[in-house]
Amino acid sequence: MIPKRRKVISSLALFVCFLTALWGIFWLSFIIIDVSRHGITGINSSLFLNDPAPPGEEGGGLRNAFVGHLHITVFATLIGVPVGVLGGTFLAEYGRKYNISKVISTLSDIIVSVPAIIIGAFIYAIIVKPLGHFSGWAGAIALGIIMIPTILRTTENMLSLIPWTLREAAFALGAPYYKVIIQVVYRGAATGILAGIILAIARVTGEAASLLFTAFSNNYFSLDMSQPIASLTVNIFQYAMGPYEEWHAKTLGATLMITVFIFFATIAGRLLIKRRYKI
Amino acid sequence: MIPEIEVRNLNFYYSKVIHILKNINMTIYKNQVAALIGPSGCGKTTLLRCFNRMHDLYAGNKYDGEIIFQGQNILSKDTDLIELRSKIGMVFQKPTPFPMSIFENIAYGLKLRGIKNRGELKSRVEKALKDAALWDEVKDKLNTNAFGLSGGQQQRLCIARALAVEPEIILFDEPTSALDPISTGKIEELIISLKGIVTIIIVTHNMQQAARISDWTGFMMLGELIEYDRTNKIFTVPSNKLTEDYITGRFG
Repeated sequence: MIPKRRKVISSLALFVCFLTALWGIFWLSFIIIDVSRHGITGINSSLFLNDPAPPGEEGGGLRNAFVGHLHITVFATLIGVPVGVLGGTFLAEYGRKYNISKVISTLSDIIVSVPAIIIGAFIYAIIVKPLGHFSGWAGAIALGIIMIPTILRTTENMLSLIPWTLREAAFALGAPYYKVIIQVVYRGAATGILAGIILAIARVTGEAASLLFTAFSNNYFSLDMSQPIASLTVNIFQYAMGPYEEWHAKTLGATLMITVFIFFATIAGRLLIKRRYKI
Repeated sequence: MIPEIEVRNLNFYYSKVIHILKNINMTIYKNQVAALIGPSGCGKTTLLRCFNRMHDLYAGNKYDGEIIFQGQNILSKDTDLIELRSKIGMVFQKPTPFPMSIFENIAYGLKLRGIKNRGELKSRVEKALKDAALWDEVKDKLNTNAFGLSGGQQQRLCIARALAVEPEIILFDEPTSALDPISTGKIEELIISLKGIVTIIIVTHNMQQAARISDWTGFMMLGELIEYDRTNKIFTVPSNKLTEDYITGRFG
């Protein structure tokens, strides 16, 4: 017979957990609803189709920033994903027996918590300063570096979750190690690795501070990654600080678009994983 | 009776110093079932994992002595482990289906050996599943995920996967300890039916199982092979006092 006291404490604990969850969900929904409510007023076709108008003039949009942001994010992903996934694979598989692997893991954990602006300042010092100007590449490299530790650590963790007996079973069939990793371990860990990649992309999509120091901004439409390039987050920052009502509306519109993007990216990732597993 | 494996003066060490297997000598005969029994920690699984050099996956393990298979000492440094493991398959304690479809699970070992022809893959997967007495249960859902099968089916899938590459020997490491009695019965029937096709070495903590399915039984204790003989002799007139005490349930 369980003492009554224990049952009371148990239901109390459950109730507190429930309340905190409710509290968290309340603020999250509040933010999302607020962003949607205000953001929707800033969204119109010219936001996507037009480049910024000179200050004070009516109209104009953020086409340059949308395209620039996409550019930077895609190149950052191309830098961050291979390094992160392969690095995490090394730590969890080939590098298991070396002490240096543990050092790298710990360092990655530290880098994850380093403020992004420091990465921005670092890239400013080693790329922007020597080259003498801001550039899209510097921005992509900065975001790529921010992605690496997240992807590295999730990949490492997800691979470590795959039971050793599964690897042994593949070895016992005469598979060489690289095939064991690619054909068996990756398949089992795909869900988690993809989740890590999505999380990393979601994190850098909302990154402003590090871009301010690297890609800077550009009021004109540009696809040239070797020149300063506009991004939504830096634009949000600049416009939100600006004096014009119209700028504020665009800021909210852009904020909503980023939120929506992250929302759908996450859902798309999950659906993709599901489909992959049915085959 | 043709000898398949000769174990000569085998010693095995963990972490280079901890002496696990002590001077093992035994002969495994072709297309027969040899069982290894003994109390927990006696080294039976360790011995089993020497036959496909599974210990090589972990640092600090050391073999000493000889295991002769097809005229070669498989413990020598020049042994091609990939080739060795394609001749000596293994089934583990817990079912280990790969995260892919039933068909792909069986075809995996075949693809590793370079078989790409779809027709050949199909026929060999079917044959392996029939040999493992699983075909009738899965023939309509070959493309579904292998994790959807029950534990006993998963274990037979693993046996089919090992059979598909037509190995000379299959090592079983307590294959039924995670299964219910009915699934256990099916696996035991399967092992008996595989006699004459492949050589089987099975580790089991269940003495009755060894008595039911094996032709030869080795009793191990504290890293030593105390007695190795025909199963009916071990279970009726063992020549060693320790063996007799163990099988009559006086310890272990």
